[in-house]
Amino acid sequence: EFRRFSLERSKPGKFEEFYGLLQHVHKIPNVDVLVGYTDIHGDLLPINNDDNYHKAVSTANPLLRIFIQRKEDADYSAFGTDTMTRKKNVLSNVLRPDNHKKKPHIVISMPQDFRPVSSIIDVDILPETHRRVRLYKYGTDKPLGFYIRDGSSVRVTPHGLEKVPGIFISRLVPGGLAQSTGLLAVNDEVLEVNGIEVSGKSLDQVTDMMIANSRNLIITVRPANQRNNVVRNSRTSGSSGQSTESSLPSSTPNILGNLQGEEESDEEDIIIEDSGEPQQIPKAAPTSESIESLSQIELLHESTQNGFLPSSEMNLNHSAGSISMEYEVPEPGRKSLEEDGTIITL
Amino acid sequence: MRRFLRPGHDPVRERLKRDLFQFNKTVEHGFPHQPSALGYSPFLRLMAIGTRSGAIKLYGAPGVEFMGLHEENNTVMQIHFIPDQCQLVTLLDDNSLHLWSLKQHGGASELLEEHRFTLKGPPGSPPSATQVTAVLPHSSREVLYLGTESGNIFVVELPSFRVLEDRTITPEAVLQRIPEDNCNRRSCELVEALREHPKNPDQILIGYSRGLIVLWDLQNNKATHHFLGSQQLENLYWQRDGSKFISCHYDGSYTQWPVSSDNRQPEPLENTVPYGPFPCKAISKIYWQTTKNGLPYIIFQGGMPRASYGDRHSISVIHGSQQTAFDFTSRVIDFFIIFSSDPAAEFDDPSALVVLAEEELVVIDLKSAGWPAVHPPYLASLHCSAITCSHHVSNIPLKLWERIISAGSKQNIHYSSMPWPIDGGTNIAPDPPQRDLLLTGHEDGTVRFWDASGVCLHLLYKLSTVRVFLTDADPNDNMNTLGEDEWPPLRKVGTFDPYSDDPRLGIQKIYLCKYSGYLAVAGTAGQVLVMELNDEDAEHMVDHAEADLLQDQEGYRWKGHEKLKTRDGPVRFEAGFQPFVLVQCQPPAVVTSLALHSEWKLVAFGTSHGFGLFDHQQKRLVFVKCTLHPSDQLALEGPLSRVKSLKKSLRQSFRRIRRSRVSSRKRRGGSGNASEVQEANAKFDQDALQEMELAPVQRKIEARSAEDSFTGFVRTLYFADTFLRDSSRHCPSLWAGTNGGTVYAFCLRVPPAERRMDEPVRAEQAKEIQLMHRAPVVGILVLDGRSTPLPEPLEVAHDLSKSPDMQGSHQLLVVSEEQFKVFTLPKVSSKLKLKLTALEGCRVRKVTVANFGSCKTDDYSENDLAVLTNLGDIQIISLPFLKLQIRYPCIRKEDVSGIASCVFTKYGQGFYLISPSEFERFSLSTKWLVEPRCIVDMPEVTSNNHVHNKSGTENAARKSSPGDCGEDERKSGRLMEHALLNDEKVLKEIQSTLEGSR
Repeated sequence: EFRRFSLERSKPGKFEEFYGLLQHVHKIPNVDVLVGYTDIHGDLLPINNDDNYHKAVSTANPLLRIFIQRKEDADYSAFGTDTMTRKKNVLSNVLRPDNHKKKPHIVISMPQDFRPVSSIIDVDILPETHRRVRLYKYGTDKPLGFYIRDGSSVRVTPHGLEKVPGIFISRLVPGGLAQSTGLLAVNDEVLEVNGIEVSGKSLDQVTDMMIANSRNLIITVRPANQRNNVVRNSRTSGSSGQSTESSLPSSTPNILGNLQGEEESDEEDIIIEDSGEPQQIPKAAPTSESIESLSQIELLHESTQNGFLPSSEMNLNHSAGSISMEYEVPEPGRKSLEEDGTIITL
Repeated sequence: MRRFLRPGHDPVRERLKRDLFQFNKTVEHGFPHQPSALGYSPFLRLMAIGTRSGAIKLYGAPGVEFMGLHEENNTVMQIHFIPDQCQLVTLLDDNSLHLWSLKQHGGASELLEEHRFTLKGPPGSPPSATQVTAVLPHSSREVLYLGTESGNIFVVELPSFRVLEDRTITPEAVLQRIPEDNCNRRSCELVEALREHPKNPDQILIGYSRGLIVLWDLQNNKATHHFLGSQQLENLYWQRDGSKFISCHYDGSYTQWPVSSDNRQPEPLENTVPYGPFPCKAISKIYWQTTKNGLPYIIFQGGMPRASYGDRHSISVIHGSQQTAFDFTSRVIDFFIIFSSDPAAEFDDPSALVVLAEEELVVIDLKSAGWPAVHPPYLASLHCSAITCSHHVSNIPLKLWERIISAGSKQNIHYSSMPWPIDGGTNIAPDPPQRDLLLTGHEDGTVRFWDASGVCLHLLYKLSTVRVFLTDADPNDNMNTLGEDEWPPLRKVGTFDPYSDDPRLGIQKIYLCKYSGYLAVAGTAGQVLVMELNDEDAEHMVDHAEADLLQDQEGYRWKGHEKLKTRDGPVRFEAGFQPFVLVQCQPPAVVTSLALHSEWKLVAFGTSHGFGLFDHQQKRLVFVKCTLHPSDQLALEGPLSRVKSLKKSLRQSFRRIRRSRVSSRKRRGGSGNASEVQEANAKFDQDALQEMELAPVQRKIEARSAEDSFTGFVRTLYFADTFLRDSSRHCPSLWAGTNGGTVYAFCLRVPPAERRMDEPVRAEQAKEIQLMHRAPVVGILVLDGRSTPLPEPLEVAHDLSKSPDMQGSHQLLVVSEEQFKVFTLPKVSSKLKLKLTALEGCRVRKVTVANFGSCKTDDYSENDLAVLTNLGDIQIISLPFLKLQIRYPCIRKEDVSGIASCVFTKYGQGFYLISPSEFERFSLSTKWLVEPRCIVDMPEVTSNNHVHNKSGTENAARKSSPGDCGEDERKSGRLMEHALLNDEKVLKEIQSTLEGSR
């Protein structure tokens, strides 16, 4: 279905308004859609916020071709930078929805829906020769899949070149997280584990540190192959001052970047109360509040004894929603739990 | 995270920390590992023991002990006290001589090394020319006579160790006086013995290895007599009056020789082979002691018939018609006789025989009929059966203490009542502040109760659990009752018996309630015994229950050992701790955790399969909980499959160590055969080394998961009266932590005392916490409203502790190998944590709450966590804020058995094994310090012929300043451990204990 309508180029307005306009024009007010446009190179690019909407409008020459797809059967792979070569294909895919039945495409969600598996971090503050890699074990069933060994490396010291003991990656397990990221390789020297220098530590100590941090492992390595390094000089970002500083041949890689930021969040232990459902253990409230909440919990306890579920107290430590959810789906094993009043701890 | 990296710099706290914490290694308890030499000073009444790792330890009256360490860590071959001096000389296997002195410093005596010296021959001479074989400190205290392999006797001045070359007694000089047809140059090779004439200090007796004995006149530099022995000489001993001497020989014979002025070449008076007529082993040392009644004591080592008793380690005592061959379970290192040291006395009148065997010290009372053994107050052989676990209980109530002592005294009736004969020096240490018990569990199913209050670790009472079970071994008590005509008249002495009848009997966990006298012990085959102290012998039934920890888990087959068979019917128990309940876990895997609550009368136990709770009042199993993960096959198969790989890696480390030892150590007199063996060994080692080099050491980095092995292994159990379900009512609870990072909490309903027998104890699971890092849970603790750890059961009832604060909210502390976490109760939310492994790469091995008092003020004390890590560091972590206070290196990280054996006391002290037979005691507290402090005074010199030249030696002693010897002393503790660890035998012990515990 094609529609043609005009927009005032100088006053494009907000994306929200534009989205509403599209729904109105196509008479699909309650259908979620993906919006895309073809830019000057012929690439199919998404419009999903004010920025790219404005960009799209400004590049319209003079026509802006907009593609609208239902979100359910959207073909995400159609978006991309090298769609020019496959332009025809893209269009045919979009225009002939029956195509999906013959060749079902893998549905890939939008970037914000991805869970990260690995990343290179602190590029701006580390020396060029070093690489800080973060492996997110949390989101995957893949094993970390690597081994470390003792070895020796040559360092520049005030007394000239010196051989010092070091820890190296000795093996990558095929199909493991470490190998699949491509960021770590055999014979890379491990310099830090989650911000702690490994020099002076034994192989067993470093092993224990890595395993202790295995849910969110950040290792700083000196790659054995230095050819794939980021070339800083061509960078145009604003942090050029930092990068010149860090490109000095520094032998002390003890630069703490954003190592700790998200570390606390992914560590929560699980509690099962009275053989109920596993829950993440929340953080304790500050002490001043905990006394207050204590008295209210007792109050709650009494009221549950009476068979009420007073919703006003529920949002003390949790959102009321989650509690009522639990309550709506009572399991046989929960009976005693209600009687004991331990529901408040769920 | 950063806040843990930077310890706070609160100056008030820093000052307080200095008043609270201090690390000291204070004393070594037990029997020295691998003793190699023995010395005794009748003048000081002190005994000295040297070891293969170069340590030298002096012992006198109980509490009087000194330790020194030779820097070289070489074997101590000989120890000789300088007559009438506070000095001794040691000879090491590198042929170096060391002079040690006891010096008074700051009101107490110290043992310091003053000089060292190695005899040097003329250039180009073979090393054997100066290899010292015999040492004689002359009674003049001015010189040492050093007999050598070459037959030369060198004279060195003391204390400077200057060689007086003009006084050397050469074989040539000796042979000048002896008719040539009897002797040649070879007769004077290797000086075997040097003995000074007891009455005439100018004469010394020289014994050469080939049998020639010469009496040498030092004044005139000539041989006055010579004695032609036909047998290879082993040793010599003078009769007290100097009219005769006795020689002992390689063929198992001894010979008496007269010394008179008319015959320069006397014939032997008597030549005896005591255990002939068949070929006998050598008699290596002999004493001849005179008595008032005329019958001498002849006491000698060895001489057993070679074929039938050649493997015995014996010392024979012959006194008139009485003859006994004391039979030791380990090799005899050396022995001495304590006799009248008064030079004016006419007779020796021996009172005691002191024997240093490889694994124990045995003292025989020669005054009492039947020659009973004397119970040593120190040097206890901790390892008479291998130690499998230990448990410390501080501040024992006097009543319980007396009952244990009384039970123990009934076991010691066969000991002599003689006071301890080695009683030199004075103990000036203050009396121990409290009565402490150290309980050690052993492989043979015994528990030993040691008085650990002071410097002397003394055995109070020994408990055996064997009686409850039916074992293959017959209780055979007739070892000492040999028939009258039994020949040789062997008599077993000592307690060292490393052979366990049944490894399943091994004790793994001990828990003693000091208020009620209830004791729980648990063993290798899943047996849990609850005992009660009874002052009388009794015969009764032991209630028996089985705890099936697998419950409804189907299709599993236990491939480990079988459970122990129990005795039917009543069993007779001697006074002391008598078992009344036996619980056997099924499968019969080793018990890995144990807790006893004497007030609730409950005992909890855990294995690699799960845990259970038993009511020992009603004798009823309350519940069991299986913790096994379905995929964990290893835990089911028993300990077999895992041991193999461990064995292999240990074997490799032995090889490596053996290799370094062979190359570094000079072997003396290695025969052809020995060198062949060495060569083969070296080749073997090379192969092993190559094998290791091919596969470099690498470590797998992998997150732990629920599917890992042994996640169900129950590491810790804890009883607490706390708020488990709601914050208004507290209730008894049982907590369990597993290897997989799971914590289970059970709510218990214990009926009130008046209905205790009528209503059952009930338990209901209330919580299950899964730590996401899945590290093994090694400690669980509940802190009360004041953040103080909950008191022990019955502690409050006995007015020894404040009641816990039940008003404020309680907190739960979970210690895993990697992290410390505090959670709120009853609603579990995480409050605080300290990540140890993520930051430092070390893991928690042992953790205990300890109370630290300030050395400045009596009214301040605080509770902290004392933590031992796998790196051997000790850390003190504050409660409840989990701040690292201080860290001390304590045990070498390679010393696996030392770390595994460590036990902390409630007041900031601790013990760990530095060898299978020795505990090192350490203190973290400024206030509670148990260390030897003693003084050795020079007794009055009574004899006239010994006073000459006293001033001269004193001058010399004064000249030599102690210098930096204090530094050595300080280092010695560490060096000692180092030396021990480099030893193959120690590693073997480690291996055996590891295998035992798996």
